[in-house]
Amino acid sequence: MRDRVLSLVIGLVVLVVFVGGWKLYVELSDVSRFVLPPPEDVATATWDLAGDGDTWEHLRVTLWEIVAGFAVASAFGVVTGIAIGEIRVVERALSPFLIALQVLPKVAVIPLLILWLGFGPSAKIVIAAIFAFFPVTAGTRAGIRSVERNHRDLATTLQASRWQQLRHIDLPSSLPSILTGMEVGIVLATVGAIVAEYLAGAEGLGYLATFYLNQLQVDALFGVIVVMSALGLLLYGAVLGLRRLLVPWHESSELDHPSA
Amino acid sequence: MADVELLGVAKRFDSRAGAVDALAPVDLQLEQGEVVAVVGPSGCGKTTLLRCTAGLTRPSAGTVRLHGRDLWAGRRPDAEAMRSLAIVFQDANLLPWLTVEDNVALPLQLRGVPRKERRRQAAELCERTGIGGFTRHRPRELSIGMRQRVALSRALVDSPRLLLLDEPFASLDAITRDAMNLELQRVLADSGCTGVLVTHSMSEAVFLADRVVSLSARPGRVVDVTAVPFARPRAMALQHTSGFQQLVHQLRCTLGEAA
Repeated sequence: MRDRVLSLVIGLVVLVVFVGGWKLYVELSDVSRFVLPPPEDVATATWDLAGDGDTWEHLRVTLWEIVAGFAVASAFGVVTGIAIGEIRVVERALSPFLIALQVLPKVAVIPLLILWLGFGPSAKIVIAAIFAFFPVTAGTRAGIRSVERNHRDLATTLQASRWQQLRHIDLPSSLPSILTGMEVGIVLATVGAIVAEYLAGAEGLGYLATFYLNQLQVDALFGVIVVMSALGLLLYGAVLGLRRLLVPWHESSELDHPSA
Repeated sequence: MADVELLGVAKRFDSRAGAVDALAPVDLQLEQGEVVAVVGPSGCGKTTLLRCTAGLTRPSAGTVRLHGRDLWAGRRPDAEAMRSLAIVFQDANLLPWLTVEDNVALPLQLRGVPRKERRRQAAELCERTGIGGFTRHRPRELSIGMRQRVALSRALVDSPRLLLLDEPFASLDAITRDAMNLELQRVLADSGCTGVLVTHSMSEAVFLADRVVSLSARPGRVVDVTAVPFARPRAMALQHTSGFQQLVHQLRCTLGEAA
């Protein structure tokens, strides 16, 4: 309890120092308000954005793109991770492609996907999925590979079929690691969707940001960034919550865990 | 015919650094219901011997016959022979995501026994092994001793004919260990299982076994088989009698000479 109060106080102090430093810099230096508006302007702009129905419509679009892309990535990532984690031949066959795809700067293929899939949300969903796919795959593979040898022995003595072993031993035991991959994945899906919106299309928070930039409404641009951060935080928090729900037995679900 | 037969079972591990003989050919026969303890120094291959008998490690040579079935005849361990045995691992080896009752019921679940029925059987067994009040707990909420009780219950739930125990109580304190030894004696007697107990504790071996098999270090080789004459059921007080201590001492000397 004392620790929680303390961490709350420290968090508040950091926030106050950050906003205070920002304000001080704006006042004392001769930076243009167009480039760096003071915090109270950003607060007002954020407030106005929140009261604007259009903002919510853009938010809804972006949220859908991220969630859909993340869901697709999770499904494909878990299946691919299981396949390469369980079957050596599959790993050997697929890993050159996976490595090539992973080192390829994914931002570079965004224009291509927009060319193929158009300016609507489907291109962004695919891009979000591509961004989130690798961490989920890697997390799943690592989880499957680190199933305790003892647990495998148990499956052998109980004569579990391959499917039973996957369902009753390998998957539950990999779940903490899969969730770690998903935590990285949801953040990257958010980045992917928003970057794609910057580049093309006429909806979503990324589009809204470029719109205000072109209007030179920098305080509103900052407001959009605040909304994006709030959305990212919310989604990340949801995946963290999933951990408490799915793996309450694991150490990583304990309340005092650093990532919790 | 013997219930469990090991004929010339040997194991050699090949590694890049060269081959290591873990187990020289071992012959051993157990009658139905007999309990044999295997003792020896660390690295004498006693766990390897147990794993060969459990269908976990294929021996390099020799035959393991359980109730007349050749365990290693096929490409995979013989299904029916495997079905008749259960193993208690050194560190309980429970699944942390399952509750105690689901851990105990796991062997039944994998065989397709409906949930209600397997939970009933698991609960009944937990009651018998003294963990009746903990069926809804997760393993990490239990003490090490309790976890071993869960592991023992899981091993017994599918009514095995052969119970293999790999240093099951090695990480327990002396008092808990005594309690578990009494428990194990009772369980073995009740179930009529044949038992193989791998341990490095001489007194545990003498207390629980009908015969004590001593293995020498690298490669594991049977240096001595001693019958334990004490009548059953044995009480803890037996350990303080001179006959018991003499036997323990004698076994220690045998192993000392071999090493």
